[in-house]
Amino acid sequence: MKSMWQSGMGVLALIGSGSALADYAYNLQAPASQVAHDVFQLHNLIMLVCLGIFVVVFGAMFYSLIKHRKSAGHQAAHFHENTTVEVIWTVIPFVILMGMAYPAAKVVIDMKDTSNPDLTIKITGYQWKWGYDYLNDDIRFYSTLATPREQIEGKAAKGEHYLLEVDEPMVVPVGKRVRLLITANDVLHAWWVPALGAKQDAIPGFIRDSWFKADKIGTYRGQCVELCGKDHGFMPIVVEVVSEADYQAWVAKKKGAAQAAAADNAKAFAVADLVTRGEKVYQANCAACHQANGMGLPGTFPAINGSKVATGPIADHIQVVLNGRPGTAMAAFGGQLSDADIAAVVTYQRNAWDNKMGDLAQPADIAAARGGATEAAAPAAQ
Amino acid sequence: MSDAAHAHDDHGHHAHPTGIMRWLTTTNHKDIGTLYLWFALIMLFAAGSMALLIRAELFQPGLQVTNPDFFNQLTTMHGLIMIFGVIMPAFSGFANWQVPLMLGAPDMAFPRMNNWAFWVLPVAGLLLMSSFLLPGGAVAGGWTMYPPLFIQGGISYDLTILAVHIMGLSSIMGSINIITTILNMRAPGLTLMKMPLFCWTWLITAYLLIATMPVLAGAVTMLLTDRNFGTHFFNAAGGGDPVMFQHIFWFFAHPEVYILILPAFGIVSQVIPTFARKPLFGYASMVYATASIAILSFIVWAHHMFTVGMPVAAQLFFMFSTMLIAVPTGVKVFNWVATMWKGSLSFETPMLFAIAFVCLFTIGGFSGLVLAIAPVDIQLHDTYYVVAHFHYVLVSGALFSIFAGIYYWMPKWTGHMYDETLGKWHFWLSVIGMNIVFFPMHFLGLAGMPRRIPDYALQFTEFNQIATVGAFIFGFSQLIFLVVVLKAIKGGAKAGDRVWEGAEGLEWTVPSPAPYHTFETAPVVK
Repeated sequence: MKSMWQSGMGVLALIGSGSALADYAYNLQAPASQVAHDVFQLHNLIMLVCLGIFVVVFGAMFYSLIKHRKSAGHQAAHFHENTTVEVIWTVIPFVILMGMAYPAAKVVIDMKDTSNPDLTIKITGYQWKWGYDYLNDDIRFYSTLATPREQIEGKAAKGEHYLLEVDEPMVVPVGKRVRLLITANDVLHAWWVPALGAKQDAIPGFIRDSWFKADKIGTYRGQCVELCGKDHGFMPIVVEVVSEADYQAWVAKKKGAAQAAAADNAKAFAVADLVTRGEKVYQANCAACHQANGMGLPGTFPAINGSKVATGPIADHIQVVLNGRPGTAMAAFGGQLSDADIAAVVTYQRNAWDNKMGDLAQPADIAAARGGATEAAAPAAQ
Repeated sequence: MSDAAHAHDDHGHHAHPTGIMRWLTTTNHKDIGTLYLWFALIMLFAAGSMALLIRAELFQPGLQVTNPDFFNQLTTMHGLIMIFGVIMPAFSGFANWQVPLMLGAPDMAFPRMNNWAFWVLPVAGLLLMSSFLLPGGAVAGGWTMYPPLFIQGGISYDLTILAVHIMGLSSIMGSINIITTILNMRAPGLTLMKMPLFCWTWLITAYLLIATMPVLAGAVTMLLTDRNFGTHFFNAAGGGDPVMFQHIFWFFAHPEVYILILPAFGIVSQVIPTFARKPLFGYASMVYATASIAILSFIVWAHHMFTVGMPVAAQLFFMFSTMLIAVPTGVKVFNWVATMWKGSLSFETPMLFAIAFVCLFTIGGFSGLVLAIAPVDIQLHDTYYVVAHFHYVLVSGALFSIFAGIYYWMPKWTGHMYDETLGKWHFWLSVIGMNIVFFPMHFLGLAGMPRRIPDYALQFTEFNQIATVGAFIFGFSQLIFLVVVLKAIKGGAKAGDRVWEGAEGLEWTVPSPAPYHTFETAPVVK
């Protein structure tokens, strides 16, 4: 198999000869896990077989095109069937396919075996970000695109990892079997990191699993690969593979940060503080649809500036943010944002642009609204 | 063609309307064939312009030409229109013109239904295109219409569902007509196994359409009720399953893939023997291979869904069944090459397109084989590799076969030879442009570029720029095609009855242009 792999690379390099530029990649990304490695080999094997068949069949065709031309005076023969030949060229491809099916089936079985994980991470796709839940370590965070808007709009030079950088990467230890439980909150998404050989659709209401074991320390990048609406192209995935010690340090740091965030929920804030914090929350969670200027996109996403919700009773406003609007793209943020963040974003929306309501929501109001919502829903459930 | 119509008016039992009413009320298979072909050509330019906008946006990283929402509208509409508005109507146009001529039949079996099958199509086209002007813009959820994203959209999504229903209706009516015509109206002596292969491929395609269009209708109706009437077929919160839609959709859409390619096999199987001056090699095995492909197409659908997380057994089943399709497809390619082998080959424009078809369709077949291997597919699913694959099959496959067929039969239809020099220019610019667009997409997909994204990471820049340059070459060279067609309609060298030296079949026994009514007395085939 090793020599097959090497000759495969040789042939592919030959195809790509004439351009040794580093920017041109002609094959799958360098594998960083066993599964990705197996897929890489499988692809090379099939490419070699296809190339062989192509050369034989089209060698014959082009020979014919040159030798059997009317302009070269060639007279047409009149044969139009030959059972022996037809049987042969039905059977030979069948045999070749069997030769391909066997190694492929082995990889399929290996890919689907998600047993005995060292670490389990639940991944949730949102429009348009990823949520990570470390089930063993009780860590939870969201990962959004870190590329500034100016770079996308061409107002600033594009960075090295343009569109493939996030604020909070997923961090895993090297050499450990990581089981991924993948689902979605709103529409279909798909989680893919090419170098790790893991791709799985994220399906709302269902959990599917996948796994990888990274061979090497490093940063691996991928993207959402199932059309999920407007910002489908803007929800990348970054996986940092680190040593076990670095991983433990990261876990401790994340736990500390979680405690600090929880403390915020118990505080009361001034309007100005909430507006400042709310603007950041708004940019990260709301601006993709409702736009930075609060005007939305007419016909698709409603405006918040001057809307009935943001200038009406604050309790109703909080309910919309907490529970979303079922059947539309408006997500329920109750499960995604802390009480302090929801209080901040609601206050921001009510005081930004032309919405000069002057009122505010405190984290305690959000906690109360959450409780109220649960009580209100409970009798209906019975 | 209108001259021919007037010359033969005296055959009619009542006066023919003229002007627009002639076309609105026509029940003549040649008129209806012409309408289908013009409709397809107009839609080709519409959906092609969308493709050029897409490629312009992707010329460099960043957002320059479109915004992400409009970009998704463009990719969705490009796909829907190219499939339902270009390739399918074009093949229906060929069927209308050629099936009666090839069978020695005076017309299609149900001429009035034939009229209706065509005239509902522009309505569907208008519904689709007008949705660009509605609030929220056109449908942007991908031509595959996957829920729950498709449930989120605005009014244009409902219009699209309606348009799909209408186009399905048109296809079913067309198919009933084609099946009935082929089974009942063949000239005496023209047994099924003597029938031109084009008729065979369309017969099988028509059965595929009748079997699968109702499935699509069911799927989009469920979307409609999920969207508007509170059902939860595809909503997990209400006990439904979004993946169920994909199973139903691909149970339609994989046979649909063959609906888009089997008539192409038919056209190429008419063109190659003519210019090889040698009968088609392995006629019987061509028929059996076509039928095998059609039957297999019903048991491979979930290879479009390897990443939804199916159990091992299902992945293996769909991988093996998909690989099996390579066998009958291979037989077809070998037969075409064997037909050329030891022929007396000449290279007029139809033959050039047919040879490019065999070569480039096979590249699409090879990338299809790569994608059939489930583990490799999981890496490449929803990347540009898939975009490259299906454009090799549909552009250099279906579309090139349509060009081959038009050049091949245009002298019969218009009575004039087309401009061979311009035809060759059209061929060479198309084949070069097409490869510059789509070949680099294989590399983009392998390197990890997802499809359906308006903006991309910097390492994908070079190949995207090459592809965009190719797209503009390919797109603008289609204007040459328009010129060739218009020139041939207006005038040009007079075409004889048997336009091509090596052409065989009943259509070459009638004058060029084919009179308004042909085979009023059935010919006898020995």
